[in-house]
Amino acid sequence: MRADLEKTEAERLLREARAARGESLWFDAWRRLRNNRAAFLSLAFLAVVALGSLLAPLFPLPSPAHLDLQDEPKPPVLPWTNLGDHDWDEALYRREHWELSFFDSALVDLRATLFGTWQTGAWLGTDSKGRDLLSRIVWGSRISIQVAVAATLCSLLLGVTYGALAGYVGGRLDNLMMRIVDVLYSVPFIFVVIFLITLLNEYRTTLRDEYGIEYISVFYVVIGMIYWLTMARVVRGQVLSLKNAEFIEAARVLGASTPRILFVHLVPNVLSIVIVYLTLTIPAVMLFEAFLSFLGLGVEPPKVSWGLLAVDGTEAVNPVRTFWWLVAWPAVAMGSTLLALNILGDGLRDALDPKLRGQER
Amino acid sequence: MSTPLLAVERLEKHFRTGRADLSGRKRGLLRAVDGVSFTLERGESLGLVGESGCGKSTTARTIIGLQKATAGSVRFDGVELTSLSRRGWQPYRRRMQMIFQDPYASLDPRQTVGSILTEPLTIHRVGKPRDRRLRALSLLDAVGLDPRHLFRYPHEFSGGQRQRIGIARALALEPELLLCDEPVSALDVSIQAQIVNLLKELQERFGLAYLFISHDLSIVRHLCPRVAVMYLGRIVESGPRASLYADPGHPYTQALLSAVPVPDPAREAERRRQVLGGDVPHPSAPPPGCAFHPRCPRLALEPPGAGATACRSEPPPLAERGADRRWSCHLV
Repeated sequence: MRADLEKTEAERLLREARAARGESLWFDAWRRLRNNRAAFLSLAFLAVVALGSLLAPLFPLPSPAHLDLQDEPKPPVLPWTNLGDHDWDEALYRREHWELSFFDSALVDLRATLFGTWQTGAWLGTDSKGRDLLSRIVWGSRISIQVAVAATLCSLLLGVTYGALAGYVGGRLDNLMMRIVDVLYSVPFIFVVIFLITLLNEYRTTLRDEYGIEYISVFYVVIGMIYWLTMARVVRGQVLSLKNAEFIEAARVLGASTPRILFVHLVPNVLSIVIVYLTLTIPAVMLFEAFLSFLGLGVEPPKVSWGLLAVDGTEAVNPVRTFWWLVAWPAVAMGSTLLALNILGDGLRDALDPKLRGQER
Repeated sequence: MSTPLLAVERLEKHFRTGRADLSGRKRGLLRAVDGVSFTLERGESLGLVGESGCGKSTTARTIIGLQKATAGSVRFDGVELTSLSRRGWQPYRRRMQMIFQDPYASLDPRQTVGSILTEPLTIHRVGKPRDRRLRALSLLDAVGLDPRHLFRYPHEFSGGQRQRIGIARALALEPELLLCDEPVSALDVSIQAQIVNLLKELQERFGLAYLFISHDLSIVRHLCPRVAVMYLGRIVESGPRASLYADPGHPYTQALLSAVPVPDPAREAERRRQVLGGDVPHPSAPPPGCAFHPRCPRLALEPPGAGATACRSEPPPLAERGADRRWSCHLV
């Protein structure tokens, strides 16, 4: 104040203030999440899955694309009966693989130096074309995670911006923007996606050769376009209820600019709901990808995704012989990931907004 | 006479109610503030009292530019504020600040006390980041909080402490005028006294002027030498606290004051309460003439005559009644 504190005294107080630092709501939420054992285990599990899919080329797995045509799928072998063999051929692996990025390539090099020619046995069995199932599940997780990331980014960039703008500006613009969302909501998306993807299939070579756009990235964008709608609604609702809060008015009275109010005050307060909503959107997106791939509209062989594995599985189940592992293992992989995401989402919701604990979504 | 710090003249704020949508409902007009005038001198405090919904908060919010005035003028130190652009407002934001009602809603839960208190300085580019932080320390000290709590979050404080943080934020830019919008009504009675005394102390220390909005007549009496009473968007009576409290002129003020309990059992037992009949009319459909006439006890006693007819047809002016007293009533 005008009678300012003594300089040295102030310095001392500042040091003591740092020592008596409070706990932010984020830290508080993190601690609550850590105390929620199921959610924390889910988080750890998802971290392992994400890391595993990122580092897929590093593991001493047989090639997911190496065909070994034979009569029928081989059942799983227990690791202790057949730990592995030394049949891995790096050159063949690289040749057979559908795509290896620069990063993947480096990981394959690292694998060669780490494990030599050693590769695991068919611990989870092989499919009807003799490809190792464990390897296919690990590689298939990549697509699922890529789709999840793409949809997440779409709903973050598009959904949050759209919703925040509509909510904060309000009035006529809000009305217009939300009616657009309503219209989009009422479109039967399965048909639109089928139509779009069939149409794109016509032009896929043109797209790739002339514009350098991969078919798969279009697939991601199409999925992302669907899942931002709900995010826009959620964010708009939150912004609407916050924009007349007294602390926003206080900022306006202080003369804060609109970007400052949006990014310093509104977005951080909406973020926790956005995060929770994202963790609950991701499983839906993954399922949607699997569904489209299952219908033959998504990922195409030789690439592999969890949806495609499910297709292989259904083909392998017949009245004569049931190759159960072709259904069971992809189902376990997908099911456990989705379960973990859902538990984490619930845990995050409890952690970020303790007032809502025990209430229905 | 020099220009007053704040001069509000015939300020009006109307809201549209209902929406012109497909349902074809009619738009209504709600006159939240309907011709309010008053002046406030430097270092003075004016109490604005009235029941909920009478437009006292809207008056403050319109003065500080949170809402655009429908009509009338607000002059701060001689400068018209209602026509200012956003940029033009900035220098006056430094000189006029506001304290909010709900200490739980008025602080951003994601900010530390430090960033709440330095934000005004950052917005107005006052000092270097380091100086701002030191200033935040002295602000905390000034409002009676431990400066060592600078890096704590609002949720780690009690309601009274939070209100002190809100006051410190309002003081950060060294304003000349503070608009206090029911600053204590959300607090416990024991804490109310502390905050009111803090406001009083800060006023003496920094020469602040207050526009103190409250529905609590006792607190206003304690803090404000001048009082204005609002009813349905208009000031019905104003004057110095001593004479106004001792001898209210407007029948509404009389009724309000008769409802204040006296902290003396003997006198409390003798107190005659005047209970007003009926409800406050909705401000979207105010009664014609004097807005108070349907509930007026004075009018009820009056034989039908010239004065009584005026009550129903003509709004009474806020007339000078001597000794800085004004009230608006056709019947005396």
